[in-house]
Amino acid sequence: MSRIRLETISKTFGEELALSKVSLDIQDNEFFVLLGPTGAGKTTTLRVIAGLEKQDAGHVYFDESLVDSIPPADRDTAFVFQQYSLYPNMTVYENLAFPLKSPLRNFDAADIDRRIKDAAEKLRITHLLERKTARLSGGEMQRVSIGRAIVRKPRVFLMDEPLSNLDAKLRESLRVELKHLQKTQEVTTLFVTHDQIEALTMADRLAVLNNGKIIQIGSPDDIYDRPASTFVAQLVGTPRINLFETEFAGGKLHSLKNALEFDATGLEPASKTLVGIRPEDISISAQGTFHAKVVLKEPLGVETIVHLQTEDNKLLAIVPGISHHQIGETVKFEVNSDRLHFFTTEGERIEAKGVAA
Amino acid sequence: MALRSPSAPKQDVVISTRVDKVGLRPALLRNFRAGLAVVAALIMLLPAVWMSMTAFKSRPDAVSVPPKVFFTPTLEGFVSLLTDRRQLSNTELEDYKQRTDLNWMDKLALKRGQAIIGWSEFPKHLRNSIIISVTSTFLSIFFGVLAAYAFSRFKIPGESDLLFFILSTRMLPPVVVTIPIFLMYRALGLFDTHIGLILLYTAFNLSFAVWLMKGFIDEIPKEYEEAALVDGYTRLQAFRKIVLPQAITGIAATTVFSFIFAWNEYAFALMLTSSAARTAPPSLPSRIGTGGVEWAAIAAGSLLFLIPAIILTFALRKHLLRGVTFGAIRKG
Ligand SMILES: Nc1ncnc2c1ncn2[C@@H]1O[C@H](COP(=O)(O)OP(=O)(O)O)[C@@H](O)[C@H]1O
Ligand SMILES: [Mg+2]
Repeated sequence: MSRIRLETISKTFGEELALSKVSLDIQDNEFFVLLGPTGAGKTTTLRVIAGLEKQDAGHVYFDESLVDSIPPADRDTAFVFQQYSLYPNMTVYENLAFPLKSPLRNFDAADIDRRIKDAAEKLRITHLLERKTARLSGGEMQRVSIGRAIVRKPRVFLMDEPLSNLDAKLRESLRVELKHLQKTQEVTTLFVTHDQIEALTMADRLAVLNNGKIIQIGSPDDIYDRPASTFVAQLVGTPRINLFETEFAGGKLHSLKNALEFDATGLEPASKTLVGIRPEDISISAQGTFHAKVVLKEPLGVETIVHLQTEDNKLLAIVPGISHHQIGETVKFEVNSDRLHFFTTEGERIEAKGVAA
Repeated sequence: MALRSPSAPKQDVVISTRVDKVGLRPALLRNFRAGLAVVAALIMLLPAVWMSMTAFKSRPDAVSVPPKVFFTPTLEGFVSLLTDRRQLSNTELEDYKQRTDLNWMDKLALKRGQAIIGWSEFPKHLRNSIIISVTSTFLSIFFGVLAAYAFSRFKIPGESDLLFFILSTRMLPPVVVTIPIFLMYRALGLFDTHIGLILLYTAFNLSFAVWLMKGFIDEIPKEYEEAALVDGYTRLQAFRKIVLPQAITGIAATTVFSFIFAWNEYAFALMLTSSAARTAPPSLPSRIGTGGVEWAAIAAGSLLFLIPAIILTFALRKHLLRGVTFGAIRKG
C-alpha cells in the first residue's frame, strides 16, 4: 500500500558495520526480495524500516513522508520475524486478534472475528484457531505468523526468512501461497531470504546484499543473466556457475592449459579475465569443440548434473533427462558463447561490447 | 539457540519404555529413591512437627521429662499467647468458679488460676508483620521488575557498574549498620513506624529483586515485545501484555523470597520498633513470660507465625518450583 524508500542507510553495532549506505526504492504493491548470506544485514534492514532499530545515518520514507522519528506502532508495518514470533500463552486466535486489538485501531468485535476467520481460511489454519501456539508444528507456526501480518492491511509486509525453518515440501507450497496472497492483497512486500531459489521465484525485483552493501538491484532475469559480480553470479543459480581464470592472447581467451578457448571480441585486453558459464549453457554433443572426462553424475529425474573434468578445470553441465554417459568416458561439449559472463579478477562484471548478452 | 525456542512444540512427558527403565530392579531403585526423599523430608519437618505438638500441650505436658508424644491437646498455649491475664487470689478464685458468664478462653485461664484482662499485643504484632511484609514485598517487586526490565532491554550508561552498586548493598551483614540506621531513624522520626520498616525491607529486597528479575526477563526473547510494538502497541502496553505474563514465574519466586526475608527479619525489627510497629519475630521471645518459660505459648505463636508464609509458598508453589530450576531448564 506504500512505496518504501531507503536513502543511504548506515548502521553499526559497536565495531560491527551492519549496513553501509543502503538505498532501496520499493514500489507500491511490489514484491521485493532482499537476498544475501547470513550476516549480510538483511534483518537489520527490515528492523530499520519497522522502526525497531534506529539507523546511524540516512533516511526512511514511506510514500513521500519521512518516518525516521516515528515509533514502530505508528509506522503501520507488519513484521514476520525469523523466530520467536508467536505470543506464547495465547491461542492462535488470540495471536491473530492481537494486532487488531491495538489501541491504535478500532475494529469492532465482529470485524475482528471476520478478519481472523478470513486470514485463517486463506492460510488453512481454521482448525487450529483454538490451539495454544506451543502445540503447533513449525509449518503451522509460520502460517500463523504470516496470518498475524495479513489480518490487517499494513503499509508494508516485512518478512524475515519466513520459510527458512520449514521442510522442503512445505516451503515450496507456502512460497506459492505467499506470492499469490501478496498479489491478491496488494500490499508492498519486502521479503528477506538467503535462499536464491526463493528469491528468483518470488521476486518482482530483488536486491543482493553482502556485508551490509547492496551489490545489485534488478529483476530476477537481470540478476541471473547479468550478475554484477562473481559474488552474485555464484549466489544465484544451482548448480552454481562455472568460474575459471583465463588469459588473453591473440584476441582470444584461453583457460590456463588451453583446454578451453573463447572469442574475446569486444573485450578490453587484460592479462587475466574470469569467465563464467552457467551449467545449462554447456551442452554435451558429438559435434562439440571441447572435450572432457565425465567424473560424476547426479541424476535429478528431469535433468542430470554432469561433472566434467577438462585438462585444467572442473565444469558442471546440465543435460535434460537421465544422462547415459558413463563415468570415466570422454565426451565432447559445446559452450553457448552468447551467454558467457566475463569478470575482472576482482570479480567485477565486464560488459563485452558487441557481444550479445 | 534452537534448543531454547519456547515456541517449539512442547513434548509431552512420556513414560520411558527403555528396557533398562522398566525392569524390576529399576522399579526398586525408584522406590528406594522416593523412600529416601520421604525420610529426608520427615527429618527436616521434625522440628516443625514438634513445635506444632507443643503448641497444643498443657503446661506440664510441654515440660515433662521424658517428652510426651501422646497427650491431651488443649488450647491453653493459644490463650496465654493471645491474652493478658492476672493471677487470682484464693477468694476471687472461688468467686470466679461460681460465675456462668465465662467463655471457653476464660475457663482455660481459670484452670491456671488466672483471669483474662484483655487481648495481648501479639495479634497486633502479627498484623504489623503482615502489613509490613506485604507492602515491602509489593514495593520490591514493583520497582524490581521495572528496574530489571530497563536493565535488560535498554542500553544504560554504566549498566554493569550500576548493577554492581545495587548488589553491593548486600555485601555486608545488615546487622553491621543497625546502629547508624537506628540513629538515623530516630532523627527522621521513622523509629517504631510501619513506614520505617517497610522502607528498610524494601531497600534490602530491592537489590535482590532487580538481580533475580533481570535474569528472568533476559530469558524472555525481545522479539515478542518487538512484535507487539510493530502490531501497534506502546512499549508500556507491550510490557504489560507480553512481558509480565511471561515473567510471572520469576515474579512468584522473587515474591516468595522477598516476603520470607521481610517476614522473618528479627534484628532490625527489634532495634527499630518498640510497640506500635513491632512485628511478630521480636514479639515472640517477649512472650517467654515471668513465671517460667511458657513453651506452649511460644510454640503457638511460632505456629501462627508460620501460617502466612506457608500459605504464600503453597499458593505459588507451582511457579516456585519452575522458578528455582528456571535457568537449568532453559539452558539444558
Ligand atoms: N543487535 C546487534 N548487536 C550487535 N551486532 C549485531 C546486532 N544485530 C546485527 N548485528 C550484526 O550486524 C550484521 C548484520 O546482521 P543481520 O542484519 O542480522 O544479518 P542477516 O539478517 O542478513 O543474517 C551481522 O554481522 C551481525 O552480527
Ligand atoms: Mg537475519
